[in-house]
Amino acid sequence: MNLQHYFQQLSTDYTLLIITLGTGILGGLCGFLGSFAVLKKQSLLGDAISHAALPGICLAFLIAGVKDTHWLLLGALVSGIIGTVWIQGIVSRTYLKQDTALGLILSLFFGFGLLLLTFIQKMDNANQAGLDKYLFGQAATLMAQDVQIMLWVSLISLFAVLLFWKEFKILLFDIEYAKTIGLPTKYIDIFLTSLIVLVIVMGLQTVGVVLMSALILAPAAAARQWTNKLWIMVLLATLFGALSGISGTALSASFSQMPTGPVIVLSASVIVLFSFIFSPKRGILMREIRFRKSRRAIKLNKALSLMYRIASKHENVLVPHGKRMLNDFKGYSNVIFKKLERQGLINYRQNSWSLTEKGFEKASNLYNQLGKDE
Amino acid sequence: MNLETPIAVAIHDLTVAYNHKPVLWDIDLEIPEGVLMAIVGPNGAGKSTLIKSILGIQKPLAGSVLIYDQPFSKQRKKVAYVPQKGSVDWDFPTTALDVVLMGTYGSLGWFKRPGLNEKKAALEALEQMGMLDFRDRQISELSGGQQQRIFLARALVQQAEIYFMDEPLQGVDATTEKAIIKILKLLSSKGKTVVVVHHDLQTVPEYFDWVTFLNVKKIATGPVKHIFNDDNLTKTYGINYKVSLQTK
Amino acid sequence: MNNAQIEIQLIAALVAAACALPGTFLVLRKMALITDAISHAILPGIVLGFFITHDLNAPLLIVMATLTGVLTVFLVSYTQKTGLVKEDTAIGLIFPALFSIGVIMIALRANDVHLDVDAVLLGEIAFAPFDRLVWLGVDVGPKSMWVVGTVLFISVLLLNFFFKELKLSTFDSGLSASLGFSPVLLHYGLMTLTSVTTVVSFEAVGAILVVAMMIAPAATAYLLTKDLRKMLFLSAFFGVLSAIAGYWLAHFLDASIAGSITTILGMLFLGVYLFSHKKGWIAVWYQQKQQKLEVSLITFLLHIHNHDLASERHIRHLREHINWHDVTANAVLKLAQKNNFISIENGLVSLTDKGLAFTKQAITYIMDNHTEGIESMKQKFFLFRG
Repeated sequence: MNLQHYFQQLSTDYTLLIITLGTGILGGLCGFLGSFAVLKKQSLLGDAISHAALPGICLAFLIAGVKDTHWLLLGALVSGIIGTVWIQGIVSRTYLKQDTALGLILSLFFGFGLLLLTFIQKMDNANQAGLDKYLFGQAATLMAQDVQIMLWVSLISLFAVLLFWKEFKILLFDIEYAKTIGLPTKYIDIFLTSLIVLVIVMGLQTVGVVLMSALILAPAAAARQWTNKLWIMVLLATLFGALSGISGTALSASFSQMPTGPVIVLSASVIVLFSFIFSPKRGILMREIRFRKSRRAIKLNKALSLMYRIASKHENVLVPHGKRMLNDFKGYSNVIFKKLERQGLINYRQNSWSLTEKGFEKASNLYNQLGKDE
Repeated sequence: MNLETPIAVAIHDLTVAYNHKPVLWDIDLEIPEGVLMAIVGPNGAGKSTLIKSILGIQKPLAGSVLIYDQPFSKQRKKVAYVPQKGSVDWDFPTTALDVVLMGTYGSLGWFKRPGLNEKKAALEALEQMGMLDFRDRQISELSGGQQQRIFLARALVQQAEIYFMDEPLQGVDATTEKAIIKILKLLSSKGKTVVVVHHDLQTVPEYFDWVTFLNVKKIATGPVKHIFNDDNLTKTYGINYKVSLQTK
Repeated sequence: MNNAQIEIQLIAALVAAACALPGTFLVLRKMALITDAISHAILPGIVLGFFITHDLNAPLLIVMATLTGVLTVFLVSYTQKTGLVKEDTAIGLIFPALFSIGVIMIALRANDVHLDVDAVLLGEIAFAPFDRLVWLGVDVGPKSMWVVGTVLFISVLLLNFFFKELKLSTFDSGLSASLGFSPVLLHYGLMTLTSVTTVVSFEAVGAILVVAMMIAPAATAYLLTKDLRKMLFLSAFFGVLSAIAGYWLAHFLDASIAGSITTILGMLFLGVYLFSHKKGWIAVWYQQKQQKLEVSLITFLLHIHNHDLASERHIRHLREHINWHDVTANAVLKLAQKNNFISIENGLVSLTDKGLAFTKQAITYIMDNHTEGIESMKQKFFLFRG
């Protein structure tokens, strides 16, 4: 199957449609709430939560005895929340730092989950098949029921964010100020974190424990580069997330053996890379260009003011001078002379230069300004 | 000040400690309405902590704070706060106008969005601080002084009775300093109470009419012309602290 | 115990010790999460190396994977320096991307390569004894035992050589740089060591549990000691202990060895976290409570000292003016009385001579900003602590 084939199939193949819809909604939702996670400076909390969910999934299965999505989700949610609370506990009650706490919970919970998982796999229970899909996720197992849950969570999140928009915003931007205007910052924080935990847990089945955090981070990190307005950032992140989800599914359906989760994450990473480089305001490329431009402008201005200093010693400031002394002392190359000439600031001949009237005026302004700065 | 001047802020037996480190001890302080007051004291004297505990950001160990005879939680709308510069996320995707609009959030209450009236008020505050042209700038693209003016504008929008400012003049340019002081004096002339954590002792007599000396304990409080003297400065800053007082 | 069982335990113990050493420095340098990044991001390096050598213990593979790890560290710090995203976001962006590339590489060549993503991610130490090292025709033991052993030997050696420099740069990077120890060089040296250790360990315990092996023993040791040397020994000890205990747990449950080792590590950490006498949860909770009560006591004494008015010194005042709940107020009063600081007559509180002396000294300390002096003063005056 190739990409074209994929799109043809989309209208007829119900399963494929469900999967595409599911990954698209999931990606969008991750971008949507991920924006808040990134701005909360909790980028890696997602990583810890997704790993911490594993023992919950296994325990839920052990208790319920069946592989019911709702039960497993609930188990994941509970253990994800316990992990989050414990991270806060470690940071506030011991002298260990945030990074250590995150790494600890992430790896210890996961290890315990793995113990349970292998324990379950050895049991005589035909139901357990597919439990290990939570490690890497498998979009192919998405069913209409799962997509329905995603839709509900999306609606709830959308509603919550619209309702508490300004509260979330001020909490993330300036928490002390939020306290002074009487917001219950602690509860708003818990509410927002719970929403983020919920979406992470929901995505595990599709993207897997290992890569889930990237789907939270990447769209938001990319979106941040294109705008300075929060609502545009959230909107863009949602779009980027949905795009990653759908393109991941399309690619992995088109080429056999391509695993969906990693392809989704890689799609998101490509969007991030593109944004980092080409964003017009913050991007690395534009920054480099601006940097070079300003360096060139400084060089030209320096040359011009040096010329002004030489020229202003003479009665007629427009009289030609030899270019050798400029060349020898300051290393100004012909390129600079030519640039200045092109701007009409100097007349340039083989071995001499002279300021034009326009050049003299500009140079004297410049010189006065520089003098003031010094 | 005559005796009938109401008390804007009354602090009683206030003690604050971070874990075992005491920051403020047994502070009794009354701030009369309408004063333009500087809080001065050495580093670590608890100046910021005093403001934060008045505003309920820092929970005190003991004591009480009353704003016009009521606890702060009932008087939030009468109070505006300009935090120290470090406390916000400068890279947050938000513009200068956006930040000033946040000043209206408190009076809007839950769920409501700022509308046309709020926007008008925000633009007016920006204009008052000479920052109207910068309204669409992302805040990290502003200079230190401009940022400070934005946060002052946010406080102005709140239409409060009492203004608390944590070192608003720290590291700002001369233009900003003048603009801020002008606004503070304007507020004071309208009968508002303004409390400012201040570092530069030289300018206290010029800028303020009331002063509180603080160093973990309250050393003195009162009109600048009566109590801003070498004696109190020495008590606050340690042995033989002298400042040549310039009177204008 | 048969031979294979002993060998598995030996390998596990070696891995644990090898991970604990760099892990200690990472925890102290607040870089614990870089192990998470490295352990995932080396996957493409491993896969590429495996395509070429078809041997997980081949030197070329180890070198390639290690370089990928160092590259990851470089990419993370480059991304952080651009200022486009906040610091830990950089980590969270880089390693999933690299890991995904690795997974896709495996998937694309699944037919002709026997490398299982599950194995890379989760490790399977039970298979380690099957890959033997034969030297001059003699079977000298499992290959991975020798590889991990060599890495451990090298890290112990390096640690001995550079102990002073590492210690200084960990606790005071500014001073260290001014003394001429390049922080960049030490940083990348440590990162290289971390990468190598991760590469040789992942086969045994997998990419995610390497993180546990690096961080958990060090974090546990951190709660018990402040001495760097002791911390290194303790974390190596905890690692080895969990490795062996974990092996037997797995044996009885018939479950993953790596998972069991981590579970033991987790229980160890939990125990120390709760019960460590100095830095544990309970100890810190108790200390904070005690501190709060004692500070309250001093506040109260100062207040009595400051005010002569009967109304300010009445017991009821505690509740009304100082704004304390009954529980706190009673506890403070009780503590003051037990220590003979106050006397109460008709509900009026006055300072005793001892209380006055204590209060006066407290005031001088507070006024001079020598608040740490209060602690020693407490030792002197207090019969009973809070």
